[in-house]
Amino acid sequence: MTMLGTATTTATATVTVTRAGERTWTPVCAYTDLLPERGVCALVDGHQIAIFRLFDGALHAIGNRDPYSGAYVLSRGIVGTRRGEPTVASPMHKQVFSLVTGVCLDDPETAVPVYPIRLRDGVVEVAC
Amino acid sequence: MSADGKGGDRMRLVVVGHGPAAYRLIEKLGNLGFGGAITVLGEEPRPAYDRVALTSYLGGKSAEDLTYPVPEDVTLRLGDRVTAIDRDARVVRTASGHAEPYDVLVLATGSRPFVPPVPGHDLPGCHVYRTIEDLDGIRERAEAAAAAGSGAGVVIGGGLLGLEAADALRGLGLATHVIEVGDRLMPRQVDEGGGAVLRGHVEALGLTVHTGAGVERIEAGPDGSVARVVLPGGKVIDADLVVFSAGVRPRDELAREAGLPVGPRGGIVVDAGMRTADPAIYAIGECALAGGVVYGLVGPCFTQAEVAADRICGGTAEFTSADTSTKLKLLGVDVASFGDIDPEGALDVTFLDPIEGVYKKLFVSDDAQTLLGGICVGDAGPYDTLRPLVGRPLPGSPTELLFAGTGGIHVDLPDDAQVCSCNNVTAGRIRQAIADEGACDVASIKKCTRAGTTCGSCVPMFTRLLQQSGVEVGKAMCEHFAYSRAELFDIIRVRGITTFSQLIAEHGTGRGCDICKPAVASILASLGNGHILDGEQAALQDTNDHFLANLQKNGTYSVVPRIPGGEITPEKLIVIGEVARDFGLYTKITGGQRIDLFGARVEQLPKIWKRLVDAGFESGHAYGKALRTVKSCVGSTWCRYGVQDSVSMAIALELRYRGLRSPHKIKAAVSGCARECAEARGKDFGVIATEQGWNLYVGGNGGFKPRHADLLAADLSDEELVRTIDRFLMFYIRTADRLQRTSAWLESLDGGLDYLREVIMEDSLGICADLDAQMARHVAGYVDEWRATLEDPEKLRRFVSFVNAPDTPDPSIVFETERDQIKPVMIPLEMVR
Repeated sequence: MTMLGTATTTATATVTVTRAGERTWTPVCAYTDLLPERGVCALVDGHQIAIFRLFDGALHAIGNRDPYSGAYVLSRGIVGTRRGEPTVASPMHKQVFSLVTGVCLDDPETAVPVYPIRLRDGVVEVAC
Repeated sequence: MSADGKGGDRMRLVVVGHGPAAYRLIEKLGNLGFGGAITVLGEEPRPAYDRVALTSYLGGKSAEDLTYPVPEDVTLRLGDRVTAIDRDARVVRTASGHAEPYDVLVLATGSRPFVPPVPGHDLPGCHVYRTIEDLDGIRERAEAAAAAGSGAGVVIGGGLLGLEAADALRGLGLATHVIEVGDRLMPRQVDEGGGAVLRGHVEALGLTVHTGAGVERIEAGPDGSVARVVLPGGKVIDADLVVFSAGVRPRDELAREAGLPVGPRGGIVVDAGMRTADPAIYAIGECALAGGVVYGLVGPCFTQAEVAADRICGGTAEFTSADTSTKLKLLGVDVASFGDIDPEGALDVTFLDPIEGVYKKLFVSDDAQTLLGGICVGDAGPYDTLRPLVGRPLPGSPTELLFAGTGGIHVDLPDDAQVCSCNNVTAGRIRQAIADEGACDVASIKKCTRAGTTCGSCVPMFTRLLQQSGVEVGKAMCEHFAYSRAELFDIIRVRGITTFSQLIAEHGTGRGCDICKPAVASILASLGNGHILDGEQAALQDTNDHFLANLQKNGTYSVVPRIPGGEITPEKLIVIGEVARDFGLYTKITGGQRIDLFGARVEQLPKIWKRLVDAGFESGHAYGKALRTVKSCVGSTWCRYGVQDSVSMAIALELRYRGLRSPHKIKAAVSGCARECAEARGKDFGVIATEQGWNLYVGGNGGFKPRHADLLAADLSDEELVRTIDRFLMFYIRTADRLQRTSAWLESLDGGLDYLREVIMEDSLGICADLDAQMARHVAGYVDEWRATLEDPEKLRRFVSFVNAPDTPDPSIVFETERDQIKPVMIPLEMVR
């Protein structure tokens, strides 16, 4: 694994501590390249990032790697909701991940990374 | 509230101990929206875990499996024991010298196993049974003993936990003895009669029980560790290992030293709000003395945690008393007790079957009107039904009630009857979850109410409530639709619904999921709503249908062109070979008489299919819940035994039903004679040639649960055969559950094969014209999905590796070579980030 940022980790440090000014935003595609309720994958600085556009236009970005199978496929899962929370189901073995937190709702011990994402002048940008 | 720099204006809540009670407290605080800062100081090196399931650790579960979810916004300091409370300064201090200030302190220090001070109690090889570390020690010792060829263990204490420990030792391969000072096993849960039956069960398993016996001393062998246990009177038991399970003592020393009142036999004195004599300090769980009782069961401890959480948040909850009913399976024996098992002046009714080892006893009030309690050994059937009725009028004669829950009488639970005693959930709460919160299955009831999430013994009870409330358990497809697939099919068909958005807006909730979306997509496709990647339908498809290929373990796809009936020209075989060679694909002959090409990346799929379509191939729908293949033997054209042209029939059927979307995949075969070389009776529909025509078999299956197909009709003409299959398939598509193969569908069909015959051959429902018309529409509307995709730039846009680097191959996809072909290599995460 490539270590990013500081080498200190603590048991409770799940919070991203980047400040807005430190983020590097990378444009990845036009908003219109995205289909509602479907995902695509972007390659940003060697990271595979799954990007989803929801029916209401909301954008979400999570790591593309399915932690259960090890395959880079989450962008190809089915988008949906569980108790109102937007989700994607791994196309490999159907574990459901929150698009908001990256946590696997079937197994809260497991999570995938969540990346900041925004829309600027019709262009989708992610930070990682 | 503190206003100093560190804590700011937030309340600083400090919890000492991180066991199940602390876990429940923090969870409940979260539910109540507690806004303070929570710090937990734990002595054990790991966060809270499920001690009720401790023994499963020896059965192969990992510590992680048992660990409760760790809340995110809580500071955990583990492996650092709290050594003092400074009540004046409102600070706790730890062994490492850390000082943690608090506004509110919760003591959840639990208990420690009581080890009687017999000589030798501290020898190596003497253990207690409480933590994961204890179990590690026991396992290590037991394995060493087993390796040395001996292996005997003694459990001191024949109560609930003692028998659990004995079960664990037995599981580790030790000859196991149980020593109980009382006159029977589990003296707190069963009476003498029940104890005798229980003892019979335990001894039948090869354990040795010594009741009415203390321990004189434990003696060491030459290596200085445990070698034998000596009972009063001089009886000697050779033992490599001793486990003390003689009860627990509250860990109240911190409170004691801080000057808080404790009970004469231990336990921190608390009021009904779980508050100690110091209003800033609460105590919960096994260290607390509530109403003069220290509770050791998880249910009451959870309730105490909830009461304390409510009080901390300003509520007025009270802990009064708790249900200490228990039901468990120990050493394979059901043991249960509920209510008062030693009531004064009560009547009792007893059932004893010494042959089967069943003992059941109910206590009723002396006017025979009110249920007081009961004991069950060997059959806990009455427990689920009767425990919630303790203290209420008897719902039947006591003799009948002895057989409640074992096919005997049914009892309606009143709303205030407690169903889940671990989490204090009533029947009314469960009915509310069903009626108002949309709970429609076991999982959603667990989620809504927490019932059944701790010991799980109440699951059968609330499943009955689900059934009584009219919910057909398992019928609802998912949380978004309360309908079965067959009902959704009718809604969509009858109302002419053409989009998922319309369906979910009018007949569902939320935005769908990976269960309902593909099911609805399949229904829309069965009803002929155009290409599966048109418009909104594309978003409903799972990845196989979305890319018109089969996802493999490394994220690549496989490609299967249709080879109807398994008949293929040399030219087409060569094309497949060339495509596979040019794109570096792995090739394998399938069981359905076609060729599968593996290892294609998404961006390669259109290029591969362009070549295949140009050579005259079509999609094989191997990726879809659809007709796959119609396999055939070579038939009368070549075979000297064949009586009909099975290949031509197979091709005709495959071309007729190609592209037909269904609840699950459909496989078929045609054999040219009774020798059945095409293995048609293992298929969803199988056709076997006769001298007079064709026999049609339906509902066969290979796979997980093999089933031979049943003969539906014999000696059919070509035309009759096709019409019967048309109707069979369409009736299946209309009425089957999601992912239900024809074999399971046929078995679940009320009236079975006869009913199916009546519907599709005698038109008993008057729907045959409709079924025929629907199939005619399918046949007329068929287009090759891959050809249509290649012709539509919009549909092709999805076939890129990366949206911002469409031609860059996915770097995570790597192959090695085996037997001259590629084979996927899964790269560890560390290599690729």
